[in-house]
Amino acid sequence: MITYLDAICEAQAHALRDDPRVFIYGQDVGAFGGAFKATKNLAKEFPGRVLDSPISEDAMVGLAVGAAIEGMRPIVEMQFADFSTVGFNQIVNQAATLFWRTGVPCPITVRLPFGGTSGGGPFHSQSLETIYAHYPGLIVLTPATVEDAYSMLLEAVAIDDPVIFCEHKFLYRHLKAEKLPSEALPIGKARIAREGRDLTIVAYSAMVHDALEAATELAAEGWEIEVVDLRSVKPLDTDTVMASVSRTGKLLAVGESWPWGGVTAEVIARVASEGYGLLDAPPQRLNAKDTPVPYHPNLWAAHRPTVRAVAAAARKILRS
Amino acid sequence: MLSTVSEPSLATATQLAAFRFMLRARLLDDKFAALYRAGKIHGGVFIGRGQEALSASIGVSLKKTDVFAPLIRDAAGRLAFGETILDAVRTYLGSTLGPMRGRDGNVHRGRPQQGYLPMISHLGAMISVVNGVLFARRMKGISGTVGVACLGEGATSTGAFHESLNQAAVEKLPLVLVVANNQYAYSTPTSRQFACENLADRAIGYGIGAHTVDATDLSACLETVGGAMAKARNGEGPQLVVATLLRLCGHGEHDDANYIDPALKKSPLGRDCLKFAEEFLLQNKMTDAAQLAVWRSEALREIEDAVSQAQREPLPDPFTENWSAISSEHLNETHIE
Repeated sequence: MITYLDAICEAQAHALRDDPRVFIYGQDVGAFGGAFKATKNLAKEFPGRVLDSPISEDAMVGLAVGAAIEGMRPIVEMQFADFSTVGFNQIVNQAATLFWRTGVPCPITVRLPFGGTSGGGPFHSQSLETIYAHYPGLIVLTPATVEDAYSMLLEAVAIDDPVIFCEHKFLYRHLKAEKLPSEALPIGKARIAREGRDLTIVAYSAMVHDALEAATELAAEGWEIEVVDLRSVKPLDTDTVMASVSRTGKLLAVGESWPWGGVTAEVIARVASEGYGLLDAPPQRLNAKDTPVPYHPNLWAAHRPTVRAVAAAARKILRS
Repeated sequence: MLSTVSEPSLATATQLAAFRFMLRARLLDDKFAALYRAGKIHGGVFIGRGQEALSASIGVSLKKTDVFAPLIRDAAGRLAFGETILDAVRTYLGSTLGPMRGRDGNVHRGRPQQGYLPMISHLGAMISVVNGVLFARRMKGISGTVGVACLGEGATSTGAFHESLNQAAVEKLPLVLVVANNQYAYSTPTSRQFACENLADRAIGYGIGAHTVDATDLSACLETVGGAMAKARNGEGPQLVVATLLRLCGHGEHDDANYIDPALKKSPLGRDCLKFAEEFLLQNKMTDAAQLAVWRSEALREIEDAVSQAQREPLPDPFTENWSAISSEHLNETHIE
């Protein structure tokens, strides 16, 4: 069986094998194979191309931008998404503006192991897709499946623009697939993860699985829930979302990041402004609480949306 | 033309070349300042008065295949590295035929694929980008090139400075970091910027080479900057050059710089490098007044021609502008106006 983590490792091996311009740069990614083992054995298989960096997120991204200008296709591994804020300036001001300013593309991929697992606490659990999606010039990907982790990472490396690749730490070892995919939806297309006619739940990354579980729970009560997996939050496939809402008339957007603004707010705003007439009930959104991510499992489990919370929010809309 | 000057030696030729770039930069900066005062430029104007000797020394010591990340006071170095006066003028005036096409302006200009990196405003942020180009070249088996990043002393206080200098040292990259200590970061004096005796001492902490130079002296700059670059080119790893001078202008043309200590202006630091270089060349009969006058009038003509040309060129048009921040246009958002 292949895990989500294996898929990420395999995609990188594939990219390194196929394209001499690809290299990986990050803390502990070399002989050690990365804090999560996402680069396991790659330094050995690709000598000189999988390199440990100093603990310098700003300089790591800056180096990647310079290498991209010189024609390379660097992959930068942030040890945790949380630490990417130290390299934030280089991502949003250097990488994201280069093409607009100069016409020279900046093909870098920044991998962010993100999202909650209990015990991580405030600085090893964050979901940062929203802040990166806010900046022009970046592609922000949030794969929810083993297949997407593989195919979207491969596509990310091939894209000529900076890609923020948000890989969910809970999914790393939790998700398994029989084999790697031979074909995939292109980036920018959302996926209907489950068909239904009563309510659309829009989710991405790990929340897709919570939404699917909630849909199963609600099916026992007679509701048919459609689950849309965004796959990529920027670009956001509004057409697929709108088409789903046109079938169901009801919308719940679910995200693991903080509630102020963000992907769920963007989904609601677009549907409300462009598809107001499609809605039979006020659209709703569900996010984490507006506090830092707590350490203890008792608090952590209540901080992010749970299956129960998703199901409860869905019931409220369905009964309205 | 008649000249009393004999065929110059290589060292003399380099000095003369550097001097010409200094002169051209000073005249170009003066023109930008005049255009600013006349309200012909959008945004700020940032000039390099007092820093031309250092900047020109960098530019003439670089090869066209090297990497250069200049900062705001490097008009001389930019010209010496190969930027045209027209590119500089087009960027200040927003011509769509310039390298930045009105999307970015003033000192934010470059041609990345020619090794000429356009600065972002966040200080210290260009160093690691230079590292990246050098790192990639090493991966591709290209050797013998160096990269120069320019900073002021204020930028030595940033985290980016530390991260990228340490990174260059760890990777033993052929980076030359030139710090122009012009005594003020905007209005902040060095006493509020750092507490060490000499910024060059920081090189010890990074395990890299260190050099200091009086940036009011062109000959000293050429020797020191050229020497540091030769070491980097020879595989001796990163080199830190700390050059001392006084900024002979405001931070930008909006700033009258009334905070500059008058005692500093009268000190040796306050010497105008261009005037000193000119006197040196004349005293040593490396050139003569007639030649200087020709260089000056040639530069002025080129600047005037560039300004009048750029002023006739198309300006950016919001209706035909391609409002796409990414090159993969198929991945653009379709529901954002």
